[in-house]
Amino acid sequence: MRLPDLIRLTTSSFLAYRMRSFLTALGIAIGITAVILLTSIGEGLHQFVLSEFSQFGTNLIAIQPGKTQTQGGNAGIFGSVRTISIEDAEALRHLPNVEYVNPSVTGNAELRANGKTRRTTVIGAGHDLPQVLSSRMQSGSFLPDDDPSQARAQVVLGSKVRQELFTGQNPLGSYLRIGGQRYRIIGVMESKGQMLGFDMDDTVFIPAARALELFNRPGLMEIQLSYKASAELNGVMRAITNVLKERHGREDFTLIPQEKALEVLGSVLDVITFAVGALGGISLLVGGVGILTIMTMAVSERTAEIGLLRALGARENQVLTLFLGEAMLLSALGGLAGLALGVVIAQGLHLFIPALPVHTPWLFAVLAELSAVSIGLAAGVIPARRAARLDPVEALRTE
Amino acid sequence: MIQLSDVSRSFVVGGQTVSALRNIDLSIADGDYVSIMGPSGSGKSTLLNLIGLLDRPSSGIYKLDGGNVTALNDEQQARVRSEKIGFVFQSFHLVPRLSAAMNIELPLILAGIPVDERRRRVAQLLDNYGLTERADHRPDQLSGGQRQRVAIARATSMHPSVLLADEPTGNLDQATGREVINLLEQLTEQQVTLILVTHDPVIGGRAKRQLHMVDGQIISQIES
Repeated sequence: MRLPDLIRLTTSSFLAYRMRSFLTALGIAIGITAVILLTSIGEGLHQFVLSEFSQFGTNLIAIQPGKTQTQGGNAGIFGSVRTISIEDAEALRHLPNVEYVNPSVTGNAELRANGKTRRTTVIGAGHDLPQVLSSRMQSGSFLPDDDPSQARAQVVLGSKVRQELFTGQNPLGSYLRIGGQRYRIIGVMESKGQMLGFDMDDTVFIPAARALELFNRPGLMEIQLSYKASAELNGVMRAITNVLKERHGREDFTLIPQEKALEVLGSVLDVITFAVGALGGISLLVGGVGILTIMTMAVSERTAEIGLLRALGARENQVLTLFLGEAMLLSALGGLAGLALGVVIAQGLHLFIPALPVHTPWLFAVLAELSAVSIGLAAGVIPARRAARLDPVEALRTE
Repeated sequence: MIQLSDVSRSFVVGGQTVSALRNIDLSIADGDYVSIMGPSGSGKSTLLNLIGLLDRPSSGIYKLDGGNVTALNDEQQARVRSEKIGFVFQSFHLVPRLSAAMNIELPLILAGIPVDERRRRVAQLLDNYGLTERADHRPDQLSGGQRQRVAIARATSMHPSVLLADEPTGNLDQATGREVINLLEQLTEQQVTLILVTHDPVIGGRAKRQLHMVDGQIISQIES
């Protein structure tokens, strides 16, 4: 039997029982819609979270004091741990493949300017911070490349701080008091928005050495370092480890590459996407049971026809193919309808709730359609085999 | 050439063995016109199904055109059915959702005959049986006589050497029945072997060779 004939014959029975075929295909369509919709939202969430984390760039390494296996361990509990100093950061600057290095210390302090006060996050940073964290300037310039030990009292404002303290004015050249010291404002950062609840615009940046003084800390909280995209991560990490070990005499620091962190995060999000997809898969399974039911009925109803086909010279395999073809046609059409419906609903959701990230990867669409067809195939196997194995004499006698 | 030697067929019904055919010896030459008559349950249909390779004998040998077809597997038997045997049934057995033309085309589709050849043959058959105007009608839009003509056209579409008709006039009025018998008889002139199972002695009596069956055995043969 030729493929066009197979299609012609299976379509004829699809059309002969329009309502029934439509409802059966609908079962699969709903299942595919659910899968597409849920995975679209899952994948959208995935991309959203990853982009939140990777907005600083991905070829970053954070160096924290204290040798810990877990990120964020408290350095204070290891008495003999040496703090990481600004000099350490300067030493790393000369390594090959290292592009930018930013010594970092963060704290809270009260700002006073223009007769207003505001408590906000103060970040001690080096001159490379905009490059390391991919931030841009709104006006003015960032902290200059001063000698760290004699850094000038200059400050760069986050966009929100500027908005709050200098509404409608140009803050450049004005002075800001931080913890009793006067700082000259030399720049304003472009807005970076929020990341996981932390408002990155409600900050000011001062030289790291001055921040250490301000917060009365012995050492940095972190060094952020960006390396060349072409460089190999492990090599860069080894070089950093060697330099710091030499300076500290032992390995009392931890390197946290962003790439690794993103990988872990990505795989967690993959599992979530897969899990919600599997939830949708349950309804797809129910659709498959619908096909099984309808095909079983079709075989019972058309027993005489099956007998006739055998009498006309149809082989068992041909009968099998015909019924499998019908099951697959039902599921494939249902799958296509579900695909269209799922994408339309997903995009509609995105339109009405723009905050909800939605993304339908083509791979998912293709996989969903394939799984619809395979479910049709699986559901069709039992009835189709029953049809193929009918005794032709018995079958012909059925009316 | 159909040769049955010592063919029996028994069924197990409710734990008991029932013999539908007992030690049948029968030989039918190409182009023969044979009618099989007998009361219900005498084994006429079972014999026809055996000859049509829809059923297998419990014992004995069936040779078709010299080859032992009892030894063939299902797939090979299907091929023999497709190429050599045509069936006409009492209840027509047309596929209700397909047009008359497509019903006639069905054996050709199953046999994988090329489209052009198929189209040619179907057009020819529709013409032969006066169905050209009904080509696109579905069976429920056809009269009983027309339906049986579609069935005959379908049975002959693969140019079979044997045509098996099981009560082909059973669901037709007398006039239409006679018309159908005429069509079947015309086929015997083209060297097609016609085997006709019937209750009706008038119809059965027209055959050159008439077999009478009782209790699974051929009790008498009349050659005219």
